[in-house]
Amino acid sequence: MTPRVIFPNKILPYLLVAPQLAITLVFFYWPAGQALYQSMLRQDPFGLKSRFVWFANFRKVLVDPAYLNSIKVTVVFSLATAIVAMGVALLLAVMAEKVVRGKGIYRTLMIWPYAVAPAIAGMLGLFLFNPSIGSLSYLLRRFGIAWDPLLNGTHAMILLVAAAAWKQISYNFLFFIAGLQAVPKTLIEAAAMDGASETKRFWTIVFPLLAPTTFFLLVVNTVYALFDTFGIVHAVTGGGPGKTTETLVYKVYNDGFVNLILGDSAAQSVILMIIVIALTAIQFRYVERRVHYG
Amino acid sequence: MIGQSPFRIFLAHAVLILGILIVAFPIYYTFVASTQTLQTILRPPLPFWPGDQFWNNYSEALFGGVGRIGGVGVGRLLLNTTIMALGVAVGKIFISILSAYAIVFFRFPLRMTFFWLIFITLMLPVEVRILPTYKVMVDLGMIDTYAGLIIPLIASATATLLFRQFFMTIPGELVEAARVDGAGPWRFFFDILLPLSRTNIAALFVILFIYGWTQYLWPLLVTNSNNMNTIVIALRKMVSFADADTQWHLVMVTAMLAIMPPILIVVLMQRWFVRGLVESEK
Repeated sequence: MTPRVIFPNKILPYLLVAPQLAITLVFFYWPAGQALYQSMLRQDPFGLKSRFVWFANFRKVLVDPAYLNSIKVTVVFSLATAIVAMGVALLLAVMAEKVVRGKGIYRTLMIWPYAVAPAIAGMLGLFLFNPSIGSLSYLLRRFGIAWDPLLNGTHAMILLVAAAAWKQISYNFLFFIAGLQAVPKTLIEAAAMDGASETKRFWTIVFPLLAPTTFFLLVVNTVYALFDTFGIVHAVTGGGPGKTTETLVYKVYNDGFVNLILGDSAAQSVILMIIVIALTAIQFRYVERRVHYG
Repeated sequence: MIGQSPFRIFLAHAVLILGILIVAFPIYYTFVASTQTLQTILRPPLPFWPGDQFWNNYSEALFGGVGRIGGVGVGRLLLNTTIMALGVAVGKIFISILSAYAIVFFRFPLRMTFFWLIFITLMLPVEVRILPTYKVMVDLGMIDTYAGLIIPLIASATATLLFRQFFMTIPGELVEAARVDGAGPWRFFFDILLPLSRTNIAALFVILFIYGWTQYLWPLLVTNSNNMNTIVIALRKMVSFADADTQWHLVMVTAMLAIMPPILIVVLMQRWFVRGLVESEK
């Protein structure tokens, strides 16, 4: 794999990696180490006294009802976002594969939400669904639905999921298109000759062959819903009403920056780190597999 | 290819058009709202066609300064965001192409250690080290500076991995030929490697520019002064859903200006964008 021919310089390679390594050490490893260390400290809010408490912060966080609630919120939010974003994208991708005329135009029109910042997607959602001035909530009220995402936790969650999923559709769409194009046409034609209906062809041939793409997207969408949606939550609901939309990342931010409970916030950071490591490991295992079978 | 019944083709078009309506409607409606007076926006439902306030609203937001965010004009916010997005994109490409070059084309002690050190940063997104990273920024005096907005974001494992992957496909014969012809490492880098990487760089640039433009948590942490805000953060500050004095027409103009540049880049550089997206996530 690696080129056999290499340059013999002794010092140059160190100079070449130095910038990246310096930034990595200062802004990644040092703070991550600090988070680990702080997660075992208990500090008063003014930072005057602190004492080493081993895993007490973790124990405290993991039995805290507010934290358990935010785990639940995060799971619901991530699953709902991933399922909605992937389901809609798959449907649209399958349809786009069918049409011959206007394929390029459809794709162009489909991809732009990717460029919209998650926080802006959330704010546009709230603008449309705001109980007092939102045009869509006006419509909902006309249909007799008492819509109020500012007071009703379920409505707030639906709004967040809609905004988060909306932004992610284009991404999933592109990957599903790529996946669909890789499905061998001969298989589909053979099935058609054997008399399989279109629906049957999709579920027995296309969908299973899409499994690697689907699985990959599931991981990516989960990571997106876990981390990149901080902006949506912060801009739209601020974790409210009550604590009904407080996701894990939002809680780390809120406890650390707003409530200044440093030890708890650090312990939560470390828990998040473990989640990311697990997800990354899953993702790379999968990539390994695709190299073999793909 | 299997023939499709006209009805199914029609159905496919119908579903796609519905999908595009869902995808595009919020953006279109934002544009409509940005051309209306505040009074029109406050009385739903909003008309379906753009109003006549386009010039008034856009010039007020761009040059007048918006009260809620300390009188800073949207022009300034756009400048900040552009600097940040360009800085992140260029910086990331610059440092990761160098380190990938070192890791693939040189052999030196600790080479693999360095590679793993870079690789592991994939698992440490800003979100999991919010507070300590903030403290580093304060200690280094990087709050409210462009350097603070850009530098911590430019260390990226994905870009380095992408370049490494690509460099490893370059045949050894090419390197050998260059060396036989007397090319040193720099000459090889500039005359052979860089031209070969052009398409990869373009693809990565589009993705990274959008990444930089849409950042939220990081600018929220490192900018306090209204002058240094990015447009996304300022937009958040302009909106208050609790009280009635939100200047919605200006908010909508700002939202349009915040989403148009990256959308234009995605649409105009579609080929690179799709390529970069699919490649960098492999």
